[in-house]
Amino acid sequence: MPSRDEIFEKVKAALVDALGVDDDEVSPGATMVGDLGAESIDFLDIVFRLEKAFGIKIPRGELFPEDVLSSSEYVTNGKVNAAGIAALKARMPFADLTKFEANPSVQNFANTLTVEDMVRYVQGKLAA
Amino acid sequence: MRWFWIDRFDEFVRGKRATAVKNVSLAEEHMHDHFPGVALMPNSLVVEGMAQTAGLLVADAIEFNRRVVLAKVAGAEFHFDAVPGDTLRFEATILDLKPTGSLCKVTSRVGDRLQGEAELFFAHLEPGEGVPKLFEPEELLQWLDQMHIYDIGRDEAGRPLARPDW
Repeated sequence: MPSRDEIFEKVKAALVDALGVDDDEVSPGATMVGDLGAESIDFLDIVFRLEKAFGIKIPRGELFPEDVLSSSEYVTNGKVNAAGIAALKARMPFADLTKFEANPSVQNFANTLTVEDMVRYVQGKLAA
Repeated sequence: MRWFWIDRFDEFVRGKRATAVKNVSLAEEHMHDHFPGVALMPNSLVVEGMAQTAGLLVADAIEFNRRVVLAKVAGAEFHFDAVPGDTLRFEATILDLKPTGSLCKVTSRVGDRLQGEAELFFAHLEPGEGVPKLFEPEELLQWLDQMHIYDIGRDEAGRPLARPDW
């Protein structure tokens, strides 16, 4: 099992390649969408690169829950409802959703996922 | 009208790699204004030729059962401009192929000189995922024939590719 720092370095390399950002922009606290400019198609690219870098399988929707965020069951008036928050927490135990819960508008989700969340996600996959 | 930026395939190994050529000609209308007296092929169109080479390679690999769309140019670098009289050779290699997407590396050469290189990311979309039907089957088959894919195409074991019966 690689150390947290080793995982971070590989995640960083994947994000630099996928998003065309500089090394020093990829800090643990940087948000994927707000700070690094990731768009939905980039998440597909990132999934490819992480799978290759770590030899893991990432099922669709596990890293970026676009299906939850676009579901009428989980979204009411542009905000993720209680059932949606529960679904996100179940789906994404690696992500810290505390801030998002305070203002769970779908648009706001863009500024929720961070680089550290990606690292935690990979750690969880490798430990499984 | 269709948007053709390759003239034919010279090599096509199913699921692996393909080489296509594009003859750059002053007869192409955009050359007349781009730029007057200094005609050159815009590299954005070189990327389109690269994407057609790699896109058909990928679409064949997934048996044309999803819509292959250029989703992202993950990186592209060009070393000189292609001009009328040049023959571009696009060499595409599949780096990664999954049901939902693929990543390809493509180079563009004029003779032995590396003109450009790019990493292209394709999304493979199913009907209902926001992309209209791109081709009628017979129209697609006509294009594949025009590209000589079933004349020169081989599978990994070197066997000729069967032409689909659409």
